[in-house]
Amino acid sequence: MTDLTFSPSPGAAPRSRMIRAQTAYELRTLLRNGEQLLLILIIPVALLLLFSSAPLLDLGAGRRVDFLTPGVLALAVMSTAFTGQAIGTGFERRYGVLKRLGATPLPRSGLIIAKTLTVLAVEVLQALVICVVAAALGWSPHGNPGTVILLLLLGTAAFSGFGLLMAGTLRAEATLAAANLVYILLLALGGVIFPLTKFSGGVRSVLELLPISALADGLRQVLQHGAGFPARDLVILAVWAVLGLALAARFFSWE
Amino acid sequence: MEPLAVAVNGLVKRYGMTAAADGLSFEARSGEVTALLGPNGAGKTTTVEICEGYRRADAGSVRVLGRDPHDPELRTRIGVMLQSGGVPTHARAGEFLRLIASFYATPLDPAALLERLGLTASARTSYRRLSGGQQQRLALAAAVVGRPELVFLDEPTAGLDPQARHATWELVEDLKAAGVAVILTTHHMDEAERLADEVVIVDHGSVIASGPPSSLTGAERQLRFRARPGLGLDELLSALPPATIAKESPAGHYVIEGDLVPELLATVTAWCASNGVMTEDLRIERRTLEDVFLELTGRELRS
Repeated sequence: MTDLTFSPSPGAAPRSRMIRAQTAYELRTLLRNGEQLLLILIIPVALLLLFSSAPLLDLGAGRRVDFLTPGVLALAVMSTAFTGQAIGTGFERRYGVLKRLGATPLPRSGLIIAKTLTVLAVEVLQALVICVVAAALGWSPHGNPGTVILLLLLGTAAFSGFGLLMAGTLRAEATLAAANLVYILLLALGGVIFPLTKFSGGVRSVLELLPISALADGLRQVLQHGAGFPARDLVILAVWAVLGLALAARFFSWE
Repeated sequence: MEPLAVAVNGLVKRYGMTAAADGLSFEARSGEVTALLGPNGAGKTTTVEICEGYRRADAGSVRVLGRDPHDPELRTRIGVMLQSGGVPTHARAGEFLRLIASFYATPLDPAALLERLGLTASARTSYRRLSGGQQQRLALAAAVVGRPELVFLDEPTAGLDPQARHATWELVEDLKAAGVAVILTTHHMDEAERLADEVVIVDHGSVIASGPPSSLTGAERQLRFRARPGLGLDELLSALPPATIAKESPAGHYVIEGDLVPELLATVTAWCASNGVMTEDLRIERRTLEDVFLELTGRELRS
């Protein structure tokens, strides 16, 4: 047996090393988790394949894949930043993981940075898979990639804020139920695969204010129609982002 | 002089109307094991969690390694084992320990620590598939992997089998020998008696007794034996020195307290012989910590 010396030798690792270790750990456990993979990868890709190959819906003028791909990208962001993060963090809180990590040298800000990096890394993976599948289906995107990235980042911030707000305030079981319910509702009502033009004017103008609608519409403006700067959608996302992150910062409880 | 590992003075913590800590004071030193003993709800975990920086005291002073418990620098110097575990259910044992180790500058080798605690074969098992005892040992490993100066162990052996309990005890003894201050809470009197340099008995949020186990149990010895119920103790007492006490409690169990010199033992056995009394389990022993604990905290069940 290796000799262990327990003589005290306290000291924290460099901050960057702690964050790197926590991010690698979060990414590894997330990609090993079948339910999370279903949510973040399999469902978006399945919806893209199903609705672009079968004429189940009248998706308006233009090719179906050009309409669907931006919506599925928006859904992918929501599933990772909101649903997955809310459920994962909610159960970490419930099992005392956040509390336990609070007793290590990893600062809370470091944990939040690691979670954010994990979400971003997963989104890159999702975007790659979705773009490859869409390209195989004949997708021809337009627009400025910089604007697309700005939309995706603002959407991520908005969904992360509300995901963490839910995880840090509700019981884990309630978070699980509510996060899934919100996911289904926003999938159905947020212009992801069903165009908002199907709704009457009054309902539609309210639904257009949802973060998922703004993200899906903004991505569609750019990628499908080549718009330069979907200002209205960017503003809606920015307001949701500020609101969600501020509420999460104010009300998140670690235990 | 090196500051005390922990100095708690007049600690008060209220939850609504109930005081979880009500003027509680104790000290803990480096290279010593300090055991907080007490019935459920006595205030042990509240006290430990205030020292760990999880909650704030309503009144009183708490210093940990000479600092305020909320000082972030302490996070690098203390190790914590929570009652609730705090390990993600999907994490594998080895993976979690390596993660915690990576937060420290000069941690112990996670693989060697797993080996030491008999977890090597479970290193790739996820936390939720470990047995209760394995989960406890993993949480213990995570508390010490950062080579802390001070370790808080909240009921480290609750629910462990005898082998795992001994492995935990040996680890605590090694920590102590290496100069680490160990604070543990426990319900097991034998654990406190074996490990602790200082026992702090807590009830209703305050310390009702403290000191080394031997000073709490006292030097006083008792002669105990079992025999048929209803022996004439008055007759026996008349043959013994005046200050001696003899009682039967419960029926058939006899205790004799007093100056236990060899003559007294001879007198008791001679008296038994002349009365045709066959004794069983005749022994001379000190009071145990459990006797002291029950005397101090009462025998009635706590809700």
